[in-house]
Amino acid sequence: MNEIVPVVEMTDIAIGFPGVKALDGVDFRLFQGEVHSLMGENGAGKSTLIKALTGVYTIDSGAITVLGEPQRFSTPGESQAAGISTVYQEVNLCPNLTVEENVLLGREPRRRGSIDWKDVRSRTREVLAELQLDHIDPGSLLSTHSIAVQQLIAIARSVEINAKVLILDEPTSSLDADEVNQLFRVIRDLRDRGVAILFVSHFLEQVYEISDRMTVLRNGKLVGEYLTRDLSRMSLISKMIGKDMEALAELDQAPARTRAGSGAGATPFIEAQGLGRKGSVSNVDLAIYPGEVVGLAGLLGAGRTEIARLFFGADKADEGSIKVKGASQKIRSPRAAIDKRIGFCSEDRKEEGLIGDLTVRDNLVLAMQASKGWARRIPRRVQDELVAEYIEALDIRPANPDALIRNLSGGNQQKVLLARWLVTHPELLILDEPTRGIDIGAKTQIQKLVNKLAADGMSILFISSELEEVLRVSDRVAVIKDRAMVAEINNDGVSVEDVMTVIAGGAQ
Amino acid sequence: MSPLSTLTPRTLKKPSPARSRLRGGARYAPTLATVGLFLAMFAVGAGMYPSFLSGQVFLNLFIDNTFLIVLAVGMTFVILTGGIDLSVGAVVALSMMVSATLLQQGWNAGAVIVLVLLIGGGLGLLMGLIIQYFDIQPFIVTLAGMFLARGLCYVISLDSIPVTEGFFTGMAQAQIPLSGDLFVSPGVLLALGIVAIAFFVLHHTRFGRTVYAIGGNEHSAMLMGLPVKSTKILVYALSGLCSAVAGILFSFYSLSGYSLAAQGMELDAIAAVVIGGTLLTGGTGYVLGSVVGVLVLGIVQTFIAYDGTLSSWWTKIVIGGLLLVFILLQRLFARKAG
Ligand SMILES: Nc1ncnc2c1ncn2[C@@H]1O[C@H](COP(=O)(O)OP(=O)(O)OP(=O)(O)O)[C@@H](O)[C@H]1O
Ligand SMILES: [Mg+2]
Repeated sequence: MNEIVPVVEMTDIAIGFPGVKALDGVDFRLFQGEVHSLMGENGAGKSTLIKALTGVYTIDSGAITVLGEPQRFSTPGESQAAGISTVYQEVNLCPNLTVEENVLLGREPRRRGSIDWKDVRSRTREVLAELQLDHIDPGSLLSTHSIAVQQLIAIARSVEINAKVLILDEPTSSLDADEVNQLFRVIRDLRDRGVAILFVSHFLEQVYEISDRMTVLRNGKLVGEYLTRDLSRMSLISKMIGKDMEALAELDQAPARTRAGSGAGATPFIEAQGLGRKGSVSNVDLAIYPGEVVGLAGLLGAGRTEIARLFFGADKADEGSIKVKGASQKIRSPRAAIDKRIGFCSEDRKEEGLIGDLTVRDNLVLAMQASKGWARRIPRRVQDELVAEYIEALDIRPANPDALIRNLSGGNQQKVLLARWLVTHPELLILDEPTRGIDIGAKTQIQKLVNKLAADGMSILFISSELEEVLRVSDRVAVIKDRAMVAEINNDGVSVEDVMTVIAGGAQ
Repeated sequence: MSPLSTLTPRTLKKPSPARSRLRGGARYAPTLATVGLFLAMFAVGAGMYPSFLSGQVFLNLFIDNTFLIVLAVGMTFVILTGGIDLSVGAVVALSMMVSATLLQQGWNAGAVIVLVLLIGGGLGLLMGLIIQYFDIQPFIVTLAGMFLARGLCYVISLDSIPVTEGFFTGMAQAQIPLSGDLFVSPGVLLALGIVAIAFFVLHHTRFGRTVYAIGGNEHSAMLMGLPVKSTKILVYALSGLCSAVAGILFSFYSLSGYSLAAQGMELDAIAAVVIGGTLLTGGTGYVLGSVVGVLVLGIVQTFIAYDGTLSSWWTKIVIGGLLLVFILLQRLFARKAG
């Protein structure tokens, strides 16, 4: 085959949505046997470019060629048939079907017109084994698996297709290092077999590890195409955010932790003793003082989210006790938690119930109104001010309060979710993976915001798979292992390695 | 950011096999509950009226409800995609009117049947196209379809038209003997054949799996490259076709065409599907469950007939109660599974 002809070539692509120019004159080339990263901030247009290629959106102008042929797919089905396999940013599978059905949906092997379920099972086993996911039962319902596993199953589906082009839009956002390695092994393998791979991630580390080439987008416009080895991290970031190096230096600074902290003798806002739940987590002793950030560190699946759910009453604790402001309390439901001014920004954006058909303003106002009680309407002027304030604080783009949630980019939806909890001014805010899918610029902003909230007296429980981030924002770190709390570390100059040792050894 | 910043090995929470099997089994639970309910009702009936416990009473449940079984099959497809079809009762009536009128004018029975199937399927197809291309709620479109079909009945005739044609009367009287003195009607075989085909299509063809996928998450199904549009349209065409078949079966049964016939039958069909364990939100359910749902409705009617003193309105009241119970049951299961 000819190395010079790109497998996919998109020239001068433009797509506009009412009020936004999502893509404007973007060129993009993808070659056989390369891993190509598409880089850009939240809302830069990465997912839109992918959807333009695969026929989810129709382009306003420009040309697309696939394997030398001009193409304009009108449905994802057509692009799939042409050899383009895609994992979209949102995990897109059917929760009501089994794992094996999801992996092969639409391509089930047939014998004499009837689906050969035996073959479905063995092919699913095969591809799961290739990703070292043998422990997943192909016959189990998709909805019984965590988001991370669902993401892996979506990837399994995409590599099962014998594709010439593999597109992965933030496939690693909820995976941990081990699974990322697994995925990268498969990606390299496919690349060596000549598959062209388009990769999107906000983790620069991963991007530098896997990609040969990058295309950078900013505000829907093309910044340029570069070889990974020619582009330093700093210049990549500056190309993405469009600021020069000085501005970047500030970005990279750890936010200064200035806060009241837990004065001796003060009452913790919340204090758990021996808290646990059968089959979930056990033995959680944790106190969070006003104005303090406590981080939860541990492997995925160690029980971090479960602890958060106990604090929020999403699961009922059946052992131990909780004190809120020194008084013994039972938190039986989220409703009860909210009444005690506890907020929980969960890792599951869809479940969390951002209302996609409402605007950014509506979502924020609903939350505000719900926390104030429905009797007292918030005047429109106050609404506008507050909404504008949060849009600015979190840099939600487009900065248009009337944009529909479902039209926002993935990262910007995450920001709205966060804003929705912030407007209710909880006294304890539980943040479970608040920066998932968020670009580096906004990530630092959110970390700073966490600091500021704590400085203003809020208690914060911060959960993240990125240990570095946990250490950046937390005053104390609780280490969770095998569904129990094993250590508590004061964060004074603790390094990532120190915490890793505790996690690995389990010894204090 | 160091490579360490995301953590290493994961202790994946493996669902124990027993637990995942239970979860999988939860899918059948509402349908199994319906089967249990049916058996219990049959047992109670046998306890109260000794003659209840006869094979023929059981078979009559099928004979008296062939049309409802076929309607429920079409409705199952529609509801599995998360839609609804309110037009089916009216299409049954229209099919009966068209056949009765044309047969009276001396048309050949075969030609009449083909024409009726074309009308029913065509009407369904049209509704499917409108739902898909104008992106209008199925509820609204099929409601309009219902008025259209019912209106056409009145246009054809306001009076009841008897059917005296040989093939139809033959089918009405035909009995297919089973062992002993048990028998079924040819309509029963046709209806069960349709159920078998529907079962095969839903569970062993890509079209069927797409129906389930759309009910699970339509947007995902589209992004997964499934033919969402054509499947949704086809499902309404299928339901229309089933309504036409049901109309013909009802003609065999009642030997007449009447513009007010089959009033509210769409609601019986929906009730049967829901009682049979299919979720109204789509994505979960079984066509065999819908058949059991029809049998449950049938046995309620049989009860009332056996009792003799109760007004037939009790049927409606009991069905209403059952429907409520089943929807509550489904809620419960959905919450457990979720
Ligand atoms: N269907 C739509 N209607 C209106 N606007 C849209 C739609 N889809 C995307 N947009 C807008 O287009 C822009 C680009 O969004 P896109 O999803 O491509 O961003 P992204 O680069 O993938 O960001 P992220 O990193 O957050 O996933 C955003 O401003 C978004 O709000
Ligand atoms: Mg995106």
